[in-house]
This record gives sequence, structure tokens and C-alpha cells, in this order.
Amino acid sequence: MLGLNKKDFGLLIIVAILTMAAPFILNPFPEGSAMAQFNAGYPDLMQRLVIFGIFAIGFNILFGLTGYLSFGHAAFLGVGSYAAIWMMKLLTMNVIPAIVVSIVIAGLFALLVGWISLRRSGIYFSILTLAFAQMSYALAYSVLTPITGGETGLQPKYTDPRILDGALEAGQSPRANLFGLDMRASSELVMGNWVFTFNAGYYIAAIVMLIAFYMSIRIFRSPFGMMLRAVKSNQQRMNYTGLNSKPYTLAAFVISGMYAGLAGGLLVAMDTQVGAERMFWTASGEVVLMTILGGAGTLIGPVLGAGLIKYMENIVSKINKGVLEQWFAFMPDGIEDLLVTMIYPFVGKGWHLTLGIIFMLVVIFLPGGLVEGGQRIGRLFGRKKPSDSSPDGSKTPAE
Amino acid sequence: MDAIILQILNGLDKGSAYALIALGLTLIFGTLGVVNFAHGALFMIGAFCAVTFSKFLTLSHTVIDENKTDFLGNPAKIEVPYIYDLFGQATGDAIIDWAVPLSLIVSIPVMVGIGFIMERGLIKHFYKRPHADQILVTFGLAIVLQEVIKYYYGANPIPTPAPDAFRGSFDFGAMMGFDPNTIIYPYWRLVYFAFAAVIIGAVFAFLQFTTFGMVVRAGMADRETVGLLGINIDKRFTIMFGIAAAVAGLAGVMYAPINSPNYHMGMDFLVLSFVVVVVGGMGSLPGAVLAGFLLGILESFASMAVVLELIPGINQVIIYLVAIIILLTRPRGLMGRKGVMEE
Repeated sequence: MLGLNKKDFGLLIIVAILTMAAPFILNPFPEGSAMAQFNAGYPDLMQRLVIFGIFAIGFNILFGLTGYLSFGHAAFLGVGSYAAIWMMKLLTMNVIPAIVVSIVIAGLFALLVGWISLRRSGIYFSILTLAFAQMSYALAYSVLTPITGGETGLQPKYTDPRILDGALEAGQSPRANLFGLDMRASSELVMGNWVFTFNAGYYIAAIVMLIAFYMSIRIFRSPFGMMLRAVKSNQQRMNYTGLNSKPYTLAAFVISGMYAGLAGGLLVAMDTQVGAERMFWTASGEVVLMTILGGAGTLIGPVLGAGLIKYMENIVSKINKGVLEQWFAFMPDGIEDLLVTMIYPFVGKGWHLTLGIIFMLVVIFLPGGLVEGGQRIGRLFGRKKPSDSSPDGSKTPAE
Repeated sequence: MDAIILQILNGLDKGSAYALIALGLTLIFGTLGVVNFAHGALFMIGAFCAVTFSKFLTLSHTVIDENKTDFLGNPAKIEVPYIYDLFGQATGDAIIDWAVPLSLIVSIPVMVGIGFIMERGLIKHFYKRPHADQILVTFGLAIVLQEVIKYYYGANPIPTPAPDAFRGSFDFGAMMGFDPNTIIYPYWRLVYFAFAAVIIGAVFAFLQFTTFGMVVRAGMADRETVGLLGINIDKRFTIMFGIAAAVAGLAGVMYAPINSPNYHMGMDFLVLSFVVVVVGGMGSLPGAVLAGFLLGILESFASMAVVLELIPGINQVIIYLVAIIILLTRPRGLMGRKGVMEE
């Protein structure tokens, strides 16, 4: 279906169901309970989950398929964001032109950076992309302030021209919308103690994410994707057979840059402001973490990784000492204090520590990321079954 | 003319830090073939060695001073560092004042120890894995180390002053026959430069003039053959990792008075140091040092008012710009060896 084989189509359907039902799935705990901490079903976080999912899917097309490790992908996200906000300032608050232009501009920028950086490979490529990203960041902060707003960043203002929109009435603030549908519009469904929020912006971002995911499956399964894998496994041999691999890697770079631009545009559509800090190299590092954590080169991995990291960033970082004490209140005082002291460094402000440890463990023991972990567990159960089914449990001796 | 000299001097101290970190990075890369993203964290840990040592020296107990009274009329309590009890007040004060240079002595065994643990415990298992994996695992390690330091020392920079004797500034202008007060340069930065020069000289002398260094150089050139000759090259490379860690740590200790240590100072330096290593040429020790000083000085020239007027914002991007140009025109960097990291 849709040009996919059965397995991929199944995956797409699963992802579609999960994203569409996310407001339910991410809100498993009733309001006001002690576990309500872990609820992630609020619009802001859900939007981030899918948008950074798009970013990671795009990064995976470059890193997962060709093996080129870019350390400067946040630059494309930032450029996309700036393009989107300028569309909103000059043209209209409708998100469609903003997102389209952000993709185009980020793609053009990726074409320029990729054309230069892809002359080298390995660590040199990483350093070149890092250098470009850091340059864009530094320039956005200093010289390009008229375009980027410098440290204050950019927001749509009441006084912006906005040629296509009519003049705003007094007291009305510009809001991002899709043909009149406000991105922040949400309806709430109250079921007993549970409150589920359905947000217009989230669903638009989720649909875009599904399209992006579908495109990435198509790229993975296409002859083009095969060519990119060939680049990863042995570029030299490919060149010796007379194929010029540069157009392929460049195309992959531009496509992943466009994904990053799309993510940037969506970020602006959801929350209409931009600052240069989203181009800093740590932001580029974060998308690398997401992709590796989930599983580079797999279809679903980057989405999982992005989800995990953004979830931790928003949920684990909110757990403070008081919350911990509340959880362990049922225990004797001594044990409670011990547990709180032991866990405290890993949550709240220290969530980066947990992230770093998980990341190291994944790189050391599970180079294929969470997806490989899932496969191993699956295989473990898969292998157990036949041995259990044998009548007396004894194994036939080898020859 | 005086402006030019001033900028060269300004570039020297930052250049020294770049050169020291890049030297350590190159030592690790040249010997073990590992791209160590945690090297900036080692620099940061060095700086925190200085912080810890000076805190340790000022550990104190309270003594009731009968001669003074506090604002309520009770006998005043004053904090007396333990070190006074040991050495008397005058010597104790001098020791506290010289905490940063003294912490060099403590930090060497600490940093070598950390280097050994890192190499034996983690990096050893990554020799056979691809470079991307090495980058990623050391990147993770850097995050962990950084967060541990943040947990114990907080997120704010901790001022760690230089000894009193070096706190002033040196008037170069008067010495060199220009107008006085045109070229003023803090003493400590001068000390830092001299220190960096000594360390760099020591590392090169160690590699060039000792048998150990000779074996290590041979191992860098052809690890397998040296191993076949019956030399335990792995052990020597582990020691080199310890030395590289110590170089980064010492650079950090001495940098503490220039820039108050905070938990992310390592990462800030690391990104630039990698650029420095690549510009110098992967695996080339002289290249790393040369590129470190060169980029440090270029950066300070680019922040001159005249230059900024000509090309606004150039000071922010000059290092990266130079890196891009050099990487594209000289594929091996300034002094890169043939066959190192060339895919």
C-alpha cells in the first residue's frame, strides 16, 4: 500500500495510531495523583516530541544511510526558523507559506554548506559542518542582528506589515494559524479524573511528521537509499566502479537539511519566536544523541530517541527533592533519606547526567540503539519458545 | 606598532591554552588512534583541581577570640584555617596565596590517575570500533564528567585568584621604549605563556630524547612492528594517555585564575581545540602547537577595532573561517602526516 511493503506499511500505521492517540497515551495517570508528574500529554511537549522527531528523521537520512556525521545540523533548523518568522512578519500569519519557505531556504543553505563540506569525509566533514554551524550561530548573535534580532531574537509584532493579512484590530495579538484555525486552539476532554487535551497545532505537526516519516521510508527503500548505503559501506569501491558518489551524498545532505528546516519552521509555527541559541553546537549534538540513542540507520529509531530525550528533558528535569520525598514517604525515615540522596543527583537539574550515562551505555553495549535493544529482547523470547516447546526440555546433542 | 604587539600578546595566552589542549588531543590520537571528545572535560577537571585544593587549604575551624566582640557584645568567633595551626599564620597565608601554583603538584597524580582509569576502563574497548563510536562514547563521557562537577560545585563560576605577586599588570610599553601604559599585560598571562612553553618543551623533549619517547614515536609510526619486537606498546600508550590527561589538567589548573572555572569551560575549549587539531593536521604534534598559537593570535587580531570596522563580526568567525579554508586547500592541515585519517 502507498508503495510500501507490508511490514513498512504496518510500521507506518502503528506510528500513525500512536501519534494520533498521543494525547491519551501520554496521559496515563489521573490528574492530581502522585504520578501525574509523568504525564506528557500537554500540547507544548507533544509538539516538541513530533517536531524533534522530524529533525531526527532528517538527520538519520544523512547519518544513518551515508555514515557522514554532521555536527552542525542545528544551523539548518535555525535558518528554517528565521525564514519562517520572517514570512510571518512580512506576509501572513498563516503557517503554510512560513513552513514552505523555511524548507526552501534551509535546503538552499544546506546545498551551499554541503557542497563545500562534502569535499572531505570522516572527522574532517564533522569539523567542517561544525565550523559552518558555529559561524552561523556567531553571526546570528552579532553582525546579523538586523535580520536575526541578536540576543533578543524575533517575535511577530503588532506593527509588522503582513501584506496578506488584514490589519489587526486594536488589542489583538498576531497568532499563528492555518486558514483561520489558531495553532493554540485546543479542546479538552474530561473523563473522570483524566483530562485529555487535543491541540490543533499538535495535530498539524503530527500529520506533517507522518508525511515526513512516510517520505523517509520511501527514501530508505528506494534505489537512491541503496546507493547511500553503498556510500556508507565502501565509498572507495563505489568510486572505483565509476560511480560519482558526490551527487548522492549531496542530495542526502540537502534532504536532511530540508527536514531540519521543516522542523525549524514548525517550531516557529507552534511557538512564534526564534533565538540564535537553537543554532548552538549543543543543539547539533542533541540531534546526534537522539539518532544514536534510538538507533541510527533504522526507520523508527530516531523518532524514539527524539521522544525519549525530549520526554526526559521536560519530565525528569521537573522532579525535585520535594517530589522524591513525597514518593518515598511510605518508607522508614532512614531509608527514605538514603533513597532520596541516591536518586536526587540523577533527576531534576541533573537530568543531563542520566542522559549522559544512558547514552554511554547505549554506545558501549547497544551500538544499534534502542531499536537493537528491542530486537535483542524480541529474539530472546523468540528463541525461548522452541526450546520450551520441546517435550522434555532436553536438547539434542550436536554431532 | 604597539597595538600589534599588544594583540600578539593577547593572543598568546589563549593560544597557549589551545596549544596545550590540542597537544594532548594529538598525543592521544597519534598513539592510540582515538578521537577523544572528553579532553575538554579533562581540562575542566584540572581547573577544578585548583578550586578543590584552594578550598582544602582554607578548611577552617572556629576559635573564640576573647579580645574582640561581635555586634551583640559576645566574644567574636573567627574562622582559623587548619593550615595556620600547622605552619603558623605567616607561612599559612603564603601557602593559601600560592594555592593555584601549588595545586599543580596535586593535580599531576590526580590527572594521570584519571587518564589511566579512562583508558583502561573505557577507551581500551573502543580501539577496534569506528571513529564515530569513539567520538560518541567520549562525548557521552564528557557530558557525565561535566554533570558530576556541576553537581558538586554548582553551575556558577568559582573565582580562583592568582598569587598576589602576579596580580598586577606588566607595562611592556615602558620596557620597549614606547609610551608607558600603551601595552599593559597581566603578569599571570605571561606566567601562563611561559608555563605552556615549558610544558610543550618538556613533552617534546620527553618524546625526542628518552628511550621511552623513542619507543612511543616508533609505536606511533608503526605499532605492529614495535609490538612484534617484543615491546609492550599498549602499556606505553596507556602511560602516554596519562601524560596527555596531565597536560590538559595542568593547562586547566593554570587557566583557573584567568577565567573562573565553571562546569562547561571544557566544552567551550574543546570545540575550538578540535578545529585547532584539524588545522594543524591530525597526528602532528608540532602542527597542533603551531596551529594553537596561530589561531589564538589570529583571533585577537580579528578583535581589533580597526579590523572590526573593516569586516564587522570577523572576530566571532575567524577561527572557523580559517579552518574551512585550510581544510579545503591543504587537505592534511598545516603539518599533517601522510596516511593519517585519510579516507
